[in-house]
Amino acid sequence: MTTLEVTTPKKAEAPIISAPSPSPGSIISCRDLTKVYVMGDQEVHALRGVSLDIAPGEFVAIMGPSGSGKSSLMNLIGALDRPTAGKMWINGHELSDMSRDGLADLRNETLGFVFQQFNLLARQDALGNVKLPLRYARRDVGDIEERAKECLKLVGLESRMDHRPMQLSGGQQQRVAIARALVNKPRILLADEPTGALDTKTTNEIMRLLTELNDQGITVILVTHEPEVAHYAKRQIHFRDGQIETDMINKDRPAL
Amino acid sequence: MQFGVASSSAIESLVSNPMRSLLTMLGIIIGVAAVMVMMSIGEGARAQIDAQISSVGTNRLTMMPGNMQRGGRQQGFGSGRQFNEGDVEAIAAQSYVRTATGVLGGSVTAVSENANWTTQIRGANATFFETENWPVADGRAFTEQEVQSGRAMVVLGQSAAKNLFPSGNAIGQTIRLNNSVPVEIIGLLSSKGSTGGGGQDADDVVIAPLSLVRNRVVGGNRVVAKNVQTIEFLVKDGNDMAEAQTQVEDLMRQRRNVRAGDSDNFRVINFADMIKQRAAATETMSVLLAFTAAVSLIVGGVGVMNIMLVSVTERTREIGLRMAIGARGGDILLQFLVEAVALCTLGGIIGMAVGWAGVFAYAQISKAPMLVSPVIIGTALGAAASVGVIFGFFPARRAAQLDPIQALRYD
Repeated sequence: MTTLEVTTPKKAEAPIISAPSPSPGSIISCRDLTKVYVMGDQEVHALRGVSLDIAPGEFVAIMGPSGSGKSSLMNLIGALDRPTAGKMWINGHELSDMSRDGLADLRNETLGFVFQQFNLLARQDALGNVKLPLRYARRDVGDIEERAKECLKLVGLESRMDHRPMQLSGGQQQRVAIARALVNKPRILLADEPTGALDTKTTNEIMRLLTELNDQGITVILVTHEPEVAHYAKRQIHFRDGQIETDMINKDRPAL
Repeated sequence: MQFGVASSSAIESLVSNPMRSLLTMLGIIIGVAAVMVMMSIGEGARAQIDAQISSVGTNRLTMMPGNMQRGGRQQGFGSGRQFNEGDVEAIAAQSYVRTATGVLGGSVTAVSENANWTTQIRGANATFFETENWPVADGRAFTEQEVQSGRAMVVLGQSAAKNLFPSGNAIGQTIRLNNSVPVEIIGLLSSKGSTGGGGQDADDVVIAPLSLVRNRVVGGNRVVAKNVQTIEFLVKDGNDMAEAQTQVEDLMRQRRNVRAGDSDNFRVINFADMIKQRAAATETMSVLLAFTAAVSLIVGGVGVMNIMLVSVTERTREIGLRMAIGARGGDILLQFLVEAVALCTLGGIIGMAVGWAGVFAYAQISKAPMLVSPVIIGTALGAAASVGVIFGFFPARRAAQLDPIQALRYD
C-alpha cells in the first residue's frame, strides 16, 4: 500500500579518517554512539555504534521494536543522557564537553520535548504549563505571558488557557504540551510516542499539527512504533538490536 | 538560579497540601513558641534586675544592726545596738566614701485637707537624695541645716503625693503626720516605679529630716542618743566594693568595741550583689528553656526533612520534566530549599503567635515581667528559617542530583 525507497546506511560503515567530526549543515550529528546500561551483573547494549546526520527542517520518524535502542537514541539527542562512547553534536555543540548545567541550557534553548504521558503540571493551568520553560530561561525571552498565549493560539487552545490539565481531554493536553515545547522557539522538536495515549482521530490531529510545525522549519524527530504515525514523517529510520536497520525517505506522505 | 519560578512552585506545593503542611510545621511551631517564651522571660527578668540594680546603685552599701547574742540565744533581726549620727559622720569622713546618710523610719498616717493616707516615712540626712540616687523632681530637697534644726518639712514620693492630693499641687501645702505634727511639703521626688517583687511601691513614701522623724514621729531611742536605724553610703568610683566593705566593717568593730574573735553585731549589705545572685536562678531557667526550644526545633527540622524527602519522591516525574525543559540542578535545589524554608518560616510565624499568647498568659499568671522585642521576633524567625535551610538542604540536593531520564520514567 505504500512504497518506501530503501537507502543503505552508509555512514555507519564509512571508513574512519582521523577524528570524527559533524557533517557540515547537519543540526544533529552522531558518530559511533554506543550506550551500555549495567543492570546488576548484566550489560545491556542499547546502542551499538550508531552514526546519523539530520539536516535542519527534516521530519524523522525513529521506529523499531521495544529494546531496539530508539528510546536510548532519543534520550541522547534530547541531551538528557550521555553516550558510553562516541560523539554527538547538536546545533553545533559537542555534547561530551558540556556540563550538566550546559546540557540543561541546551535543552532550554534549542530543544522542545513532547512526551507520551504529556507530563503537564497538574496544579498549573494551561498557560502556566506553557510558560514554564521560559521561566527557566537564562536569556532575554521578552514577554513570557505574550509568547505563551501565542503558542496556545497556535495549537488552537486560546479559549482553554485557564483550564487545568484535569479539565482537558487527552488531545487537548497534548496540544498544551506541544505549545510548551514550542514556547522557547526550539530548532528541534523531540516527540516520544506523542500519540501513544490518544485515539485515532486525535492522533491524526496531533500529527497534522506536528507536520505544520515542520513546514514552518522546525526539525521534528518522532519516536513511534505505529506505522500510521511514522507515515507523516519525511524520513523513517528503523532500529533493531541497537543499530540502524533501514534509513529511508518516505515518498508516500499523506496530503494534508 | 531562577528565584521566581522556584518560589512560586514551592508556595503552590505548600498550599496544595495544607493539612500535611500544618502537621509538618507542628514541631517548628512548638520550637519557635518555646524560643519566644524563653527569650521573653529572660529579657523581662534581665530588665527587672537591671532596673533594680540601677535603683539600688552598684556602688551603694547599706549597714544594718546585726543580731544580738544574749546568753547564747539569737535575738531577732535588728535587735542589736543601733547606730548613731556619729557613726554616719565617721563613715562619711572615710576617704573612699563619697556620701553617707543615716535613715530612721516607720509607718505614718498623713492627713491632708481631703485625704487620709498611711504610708512609710523615712527620716534622713540631706545627703539621702544623692546616696539613694533619687533626685527631687519638683520643688526642692531639704538642706543639712534644716535637718539639724529639725524643720517641719517633707519631700513626698509620687504615689504618696497622688493619694494625698489627687488634684495635684502638693508643693507648699501642709499635711499633718500622725494627726499631730504639721509639716510643709517642699518637694516631690522623681518616680522610681515598682522595683521590688510583689508589687511593692517605692514611690509610696515620705522623706523628712532625720531629727524631725526621730523626735516627733517615731519617738527617740533611750539606749542610743541620736540613733539611726540604717546607714547608707556610696563608695567613690574606682574603689573596690569588697575592700570598702571590709574597711567599713573594721571601722565599725572599732567604734562598737567588738573584740577580735567575736562576731559582728551589725551587717553591711551590698544589695546589687544580692540581686545578681538572685538573677542567676532566672538564668538557669532560661538555659533549660533554651534547651527545650533547641530540641523541639531539631525534632521539627527532622519532621520537615522527612516530609521533604517524601515530597521529592512523589514529585520525581515533575522534577524530570522540569529538567527536560531546561531547569538546572540549581533551580531544582532552590525550589525544594525555598519550600522547606517557607514551610519553616510559616511555622515560625504561627509559633510566634502561639508564643506571644503564651508570654501574655504567663505574664498574667506569674506577674513576672516579660518583654517581647524586635530582637526576639527576629531571633525566633531566624531560627525557624535556619532550620528550613539546614534540614531542607539534604532533600533538595537529592532532588537536584536526580538523573533526568530516570526521573522522567519514574512511576
